[in-house]
Amino acid sequence: MAEKTHPPEPIVRWNSGRADRRRRLWRRFRRRPMPMIGLTLVVAFLVLAVFGPLVSGDPSAQDYLATLMPPSIDHPLGTDDLGRDAFARVASGARTSLQAGVLSTLLAMAVGIPIGLAAGFYRRWLDSIVMRLVDVTLAFPFLVFAVGLAAILGPSLRGVVLALSFAQLPAVIRITRGEVLAIREMDYVSAAIADGATDGHILFRYILPNSAGPLIVQATVAIPTAIIGEATLSFLGLGVQPPTPSWGVMLSDAQQYLDQAPWLAIWPGLLIALATLGFNLLGDGLRDVLDPRSGP
Amino acid sequence: MTSPVAEPILRVGELVKHYGAGRGNVVHAVDGVSLSIGPGEVLGLVGESGSGKSTVGKCILRLTEPTSGTVSLVGRDITHLSRRALRPLRRDVHIVFQDPYSSLNPRFTIGQIVAEPLRRHRIARGGEAARQVTAMLERVGLGAETLSRFPHELSGGQRQRVSLARALILEPKLVVADEPVSALDVSVQASVLNLITDLQRDMGFSCLFITHDLSVVEFLADRIAVMYLGRIVETGPTAEIFAAPRHPYTQALLSAAPVPDPVKQRRRRRVVLSGEVPSPLDPPPGCRFHTRCPVAVDRCRTEVPELRDLRLGDHPVACHLVTTDHVPDATATATAGE
Repeated sequence: MAEKTHPPEPIVRWNSGRADRRRRLWRRFRRRPMPMIGLTLVVAFLVLAVFGPLVSGDPSAQDYLATLMPPSIDHPLGTDDLGRDAFARVASGARTSLQAGVLSTLLAMAVGIPIGLAAGFYRRWLDSIVMRLVDVTLAFPFLVFAVGLAAILGPSLRGVVLALSFAQLPAVIRITRGEVLAIREMDYVSAAIADGATDGHILFRYILPNSAGPLIVQATVAIPTAIIGEATLSFLGLGVQPPTPSWGVMLSDAQQYLDQAPWLAIWPGLLIALATLGFNLLGDGLRDVLDPRSGP
Repeated sequence: MTSPVAEPILRVGELVKHYGAGRGNVVHAVDGVSLSIGPGEVLGLVGESGSGKSTVGKCILRLTEPTSGTVSLVGRDITHLSRRALRPLRRDVHIVFQDPYSSLNPRFTIGQIVAEPLRRHRIARGGEAARQVTAMLERVGLGAETLSRFPHELSGGQRQRVSLARALILEPKLVVADEPVSALDVSVQASVLNLITDLQRDMGFSCLFITHDLSVVEFLADRIAVMYLGRIVETGPTAEIFAAPRHPYTQALLSAAPVPDPVKQRRRRRVVLSGEVPSPLDPPPGCRFHTRCPVAVDRCRTEVPELRDLRLGDHPVACHLVTTDHVPDATATATAGE
């Protein structure tokens, strides 16, 4: 409690510039242990995805003399049924899985948030049309929708990312619109209108920041769902094509050898779980740090 | 109508606001309200909840679009201006809301909140804005340390002071105060009311003070307009209305407000209105008050009374029973207080 002995410093400026604001947010973030763990995990996965394949060797190199080997010096995570190095495949698969998870979610947010904002704010015919379309698409289960889209877009990583992001879109639109509907009724929005604020200012300075919480939570839930979604699409032959590895592909391949080589299922499973945990902790931390009401 | 010395700051003419309530139902929130406020004048708009008084305030700021009627600010009709054309005029009028917990953006610091109007109208920024904001906060009784605080760190009374600072920083000609103290503790109410009175005297803005609390308007309004179910039933100088209310509804309202003298209070006769306010979905024909009026006659049930001033003085009433030589007395039918 040494901090409390200082008298409150006189504040001359409140309108700190962007750099100041960023520094203050980072200070708030650093102070929280859980988000820091999340950030560490996410950064570790990004490092693995970017540099892992450079040091691990060829993920497609087969060695029929060393199939289904347990972890050893040569193969720190063991080998699969074709004698491919599990570490090389996990590292290279990180690229596919993180792209499928993160890119599709970011894309869905980038497209869905503006649509949801506009529908909730302007209402009228725009809202009716958008929400009817959302209702129709939400009637399909997420994966069924993604499978259909992937079939149209063709089997490739790009197809997977687009299909997964499109399948997430209705949920993003619906959540954003719901938040807008609640927040636009707040008196501070009316006060901004009474000030003569432009629609853009109201949407992006008043409504969007105050709906950030649920959207960040949605994103952190969507990333692991998309990672699994990629696995399903690839398993059905609609995703990345062999021999390109991804965590999802490895997990479904490993099912056959669960009794002989359980580690083959453990590595990708563990990584998916850790990535989920990492994005969740990071997302919760972001939400808290961005909300001034959540303490220092 | 009233004839203030100068051009009125605000003139509202035959304002109507109907809301669609689905299945062809219409809520008659405001049904033909006319009023005007002169420079530096405080008009108290009084009514029960649901009487449409807040809707009048929102229509004046075009926060909601009136169904018909006109709103003129400083002689200029703003009813049909586009939002863009209206923007520069918004400097002249601002609003203070009732709920201190939803009227400030939780993501902004107090400094940012109060500076918003300055930036919006490109009046000041940076250090100059900071100086003006600090000065304004000081006028509403908040220290410079509040600048970097967030709304959730302040009490309800402090937040209403911030709302006042935001409303007044551009020195508007008109402030619409929509129940600005109703959500506060009684002790805090008094200090915020005193603040509003002082600021109004110093800065000279006109004020539409919307409230359901008669004791509040008696304290600060020059004139009072009483609303019932979307219409003004009586309007006039504050002292006159309190001394000699003419409309039976005003009489009932005043008789319901307690007097802080036990002896007098015991001797007073109270008009206890029976029943509830009728639904604005289907307002009664004729005089809207006839369903609860203790002195209503047949004519009241069919013919809508105009707001007119048959007696001397700036004191129009919408009641058939008020004539040049007669004022109804709703309290005559009432029993002496318990």
